[in-house]
Amino acid sequence: MPAPESVYFFATCLVDLLYPKAGLAGMQLIRRAGVDVIFPQDQTCCGQPAFNSGYRDEALAVARSQIACFERDIPLVVPSGSCAGMIRTHWPELFEGESDVQQALGLARRTYELTEFLVDVLDIRLADLGEPVRIAVHTSCSARREMGVGDRIRSLLAQLENVEVLVQEREAECCGFGGTFAIKQADVSGAMVKDKTDALRATGAECVISQDCGCLMNIGGAFEHQGGGPTTQHVAEFLLERTS
Amino acid sequence: MNQTADFSRRIDEALHNDQLRRNFRVAMGGVMERRAQQFPDDAQLQALREQARAVRANSLVKQPELLEQLERRLTENGIQVHWAENPEQANAIIHEILQDAGARTVVKGKSMVSEETELNHFLEKRGIEVVESDLGEYIIQLAGESPSHIVMPAVHKNRFEVAELFRRHHPDIPYTDDIDELTQTARQVLRTRFANADAGISGVNFAVAETGTLCLVENEGNGRLSTTAPRLHIAITGVEKVVARLSDVPPLLEILTKSATGQPITTYFNMISRPRQPNELDGPEAVHLVLLDNGRSRIRVDEELLDTLRCIRCGACINHCPVYVQLGGHAYGTVYPGPIGITLEPQRLGIDQAGALTSACTLCGACGEVCPVKIPLPKLISRLRAEAVNEQRSSTPLPGRGSLRKSGEAITWRLWQQLNSRPRLYRLFTFFATRLRWLTPTRLGGWTRYRSAPSPAARTLREMARREGFGHE
Repeated sequence: MPAPESVYFFATCLVDLLYPKAGLAGMQLIRRAGVDVIFPQDQTCCGQPAFNSGYRDEALAVARSQIACFERDIPLVVPSGSCAGMIRTHWPELFEGESDVQQALGLARRTYELTEFLVDVLDIRLADLGEPVRIAVHTSCSARREMGVGDRIRSLLAQLENVEVLVQEREAECCGFGGTFAIKQADVSGAMVKDKTDALRATGAECVISQDCGCLMNIGGAFEHQGGGPTTQHVAEFLLERTS
Repeated sequence: MNQTADFSRRIDEALHNDQLRRNFRVAMGGVMERRAQQFPDDAQLQALREQARAVRANSLVKQPELLEQLERRLTENGIQVHWAENPEQANAIIHEILQDAGARTVVKGKSMVSEETELNHFLEKRGIEVVESDLGEYIIQLAGESPSHIVMPAVHKNRFEVAELFRRHHPDIPYTDDIDELTQTARQVLRTRFANADAGISGVNFAVAETGTLCLVENEGNGRLSTTAPRLHIAITGVEKVVARLSDVPPLLEILTKSATGQPITTYFNMISRPRQPNELDGPEAVHLVLLDNGRSRIRVDEELLDTLRCIRCGACINHCPVYVQLGGHAYGTVYPGPIGITLEPQRLGIDQAGALTSACTLCGACGEVCPVKIPLPKLISRLRAEAVNEQRSSTPLPGRGSLRKSGEAITWRLWQQLNSRPRLYRLFTFFATRLRWLTPTRLGGWTRYRSAPSPAARTLREMARREGFGHE
C-alpha cells in the first residue's frame, strides 16, 4: 500500500491517560513522514479489558462507540500491539451477528500497529543523532503472536547506528501483564515480572524498549518497586528522541 | 469447597516452592529447545501443522460414522469394544473384564484417560494390584501423586527427589542419584512385573477406523510389554481419538513426537490390530478397547469449542506456557494442566467446577502458536471466560455457565462501559484524573505488591494532540 495522505491515530486508554508522550511521539513520527495525523477527540478505548475478562456485552458497547470516530476510509494507527490486535482480530468476533458488523470489519482491516505502519506502509528512514546506548527490547505478545508484527520494532531500531540491542534470556516469554490477569492472579503475575525483570537487568541494558505501554507499565513498575533498573520507554518516544 | 479459593491456595503453595519452580524452569527450557530444533524451517512446520489440523478436524466432523466403522473393524479383528459414557462406567467395565479373566495383577502403560477415571484407585480398592510401567508414572505412583504434566508425569521431581523415593521404596537396592542407575533399578523391578502380570492396560494415541488399528506412541518399551506380555490387554481412550485412515497417522505421529519431546520419532510405535492368533507365539489372548465419552460429545456440538477435541496430547502448549512454568501442573488441581487443561477441564467438568482455571492465563498466545493441530487456545480460553460470567451469550450445553459471575465485578464493568462509551464523561474523568493526579492511590491491591503504582500524566494525549495542532475532525 502506498503511503496515505492522512491517518487516524487511536491513543488507547492507557496511553491517553498514563503515557501521552509515547502517543504524541508516534503521531509526530508519522507527521514528520508527510502524513496528516487526525486525532478524533471522542475516542476512548478499544474494549479489550472487558473482552479479555469475559464481559463481552460491555466490551461491545464500548467498541461500538468508537466506530463513529473513525469513519473515513483511511488507516487507523495504534501505538500498542494488544489494542491493535483487539480491533483487528477480536472485533470481527465481537461484532459477529451485529447490525454494524460491516463497519467493524472495515475498521479492523485498516488498523495498524504503530511499528508495523512505520515499516510496512511508510518504510520510514531514520538517522541516529543520539549517543551510543545499549538497550533491550521486550516485544509484546500481542504484537508478536496476535498481530505477527513483532519483528518490526527491531528493524526500526536496526536503523539506529549508535544503538546496540542486547537480547535477554527467554526473550519471547510473556512479561506477566495480561491486563486484568495482573490483578486477578497478582502473585503469578508478580512471579512472572520478577523473572522478566531479572532477565532484562542481566543484559546490562540501560533502557528497555517496547511497542506496548501495558508491558512497560508492568516491567517499569517492577523495576521501580525493586529499587531501580534500566529505564523503560515506548519505542515511538525512543525513535523520535534519537532522530530529532 | 470454593474452586477459586482452592485454586488460589494451590497457586500460593506452588509459588512458595522454589525447588519445584526451578525443576519446571529447567525441564521446560530443555523441552522447548528440543522442539525448536526439530522445526528449523518455519514454512515446513506450518504446512505440517495445517495437515495435522485438517486430519483431526475431518475426523471430528465424521466422528459418529468413524466410531461405528472402528467398532466394526475392531470386532472383525477380534478386539472387543466397550462404550462408556462416564468414568464410573469405564471403571466398572474394566473391572468386570479383569474379574471375568481372573486377573489380580495389572501392569499399566501411560494413559491420561485412565487418570480421568481414576482407574488405579478404583481397581486397588477392589483388591487388584496395579503397577504403572512408564518410568515417570512409576515414580509418581511410588510418591502417591498425580501427573504434573501429561507427557512427563514426574517432571516436577528432580533426580535427588527420585533417588530419595527409590531409597524408601527399594531399601535393598544401594542408593544412587545417577539417572541411568535409577532407570536401571526401575527396569529391574518392572521386568518381573511384566512377566507375571495377569493383564496389561494402556492408552491409545490414534484409533484407525479404516483398519481397526490402535496406535500407541512410547519411548520405554513399557507400552509394548504391557500390551503384549500379559494374556489380557485392555486399552482405554477418549472417543475423539479416532481417525479415518491409516494414512492419517504419519503426519500426526510426526508432529506429535516433535512437538511433545522434540524427538523426530519415538523409540517405540505400536500398532495393535488383533489378539494373538493360533499360529503366533506371543501377544495377549484377548484385547478390549474401552471408548470413553466423559463430556466429549457435549463439547463436540459447539462449533467453536469443538476445536478443543483436536488435541493429540503432545503437551507443547503446557511446555510453552509462562504461567505453567511458574506453577507446575499440580496447582491446577485437574487431570490436564496448562493451556489445554484451562480449555478442556471447564468444559469436561463444568464451569462451576473448573471455570476458575481460566484466570490463570495472560492470553500471551504462546500455546496457540505451538499447538500442532492449531487449536486456537487463547480464543477458546477467552470464550470460556465469557461463558463463566454470562449465561446469556450462548446456549452451548456447557454446565455451570454464568456461575462465576460476581455482582461487584459485573457492576465495575458496567461502570467502565458507561465511562468509555460516553466521550464527554470520559473527557471529564481524564481531565480530573490528570489535574488531581496527586490523589492517585499508591497502593493498588496485588499490583503494588510487585510494582509501583502507575500515575496519570499531567495532561492527556487528547489535550496534547490538540495543543500540537493535530486535526480532530
